[in-house]
Amino acid sequence: MDIDALSLDRWLHFLSGITWIGLLYYFNLVQMPAVTAANADKGGPGAAGINKYVAPRALLWFRWAAVVTWLSGAAYLEMYSSYGLGSAFMLGIGQNSLPLTTIGMGAWLGTIMLFNVWVLIWPNQKKVLGIVPATDEEKGKARRTAMLASRTNFMLSIPMLSFMGAASHGLPF
Amino acid sequence: MKNPLESITGTIVSGLVLTVALTLVIRAIAGA
Repeated sequence: MDIDALSLDRWLHFLSGITWIGLLYYFNLVQMPAVTAANADKGGPGAAGINKYVAPRALLWFRWAAVVTWLSGAAYLEMYSSYGLGSAFMLGIGQNSLPLTTIGMGAWLGTIMLFNVWVLIWPNQKKVLGIVPATDEEKGKARRTAMLASRTNFMLSIPMLSFMGAASHGLPF
Repeated sequence: MKNPLESITGTIVSGLVLTVALTLVIRAIAGA
């Protein structure tokens, strides 16, 4: 039996990417609105349980899945002879290759999203969740920065996923 | 003007608009 490293790497990229983006959608569509509703519900149990038991676990899988997704994606671009890591990040300028330019744009969006995860979302979430010490004012600022960075990634994921799929299967318009 | 990222709907609409804009950029770069 031959082992196809390219196919295995693509499979890993899909698995880790779904874990990452799935949790991104969980944060934006479920957890953020749930915490807002829990904090507004004065007679309810509050958001302490989410913040203590759910968010740290979700963030652990979220940030490391982002790393595995990026690394497996970069390896794929380098291994696949039609692309090349450098050519993809140069958006295939001058090569007149629609798949290369398309996957390159997806790679740039994914890279910006990885930056947001590790530089904006995770450091600020550590303050919000009390993993590192912060005043109430610092927590408030951190909460807003993390929220906007997460929403930015939600927005960027929409074209990113279109371009990742379109490189092999064609743009929708 | 309100930041569209303040709401889920605004975020999704922004993502769709960005998809159209970047698709035009991709087609221009690739000459397709």
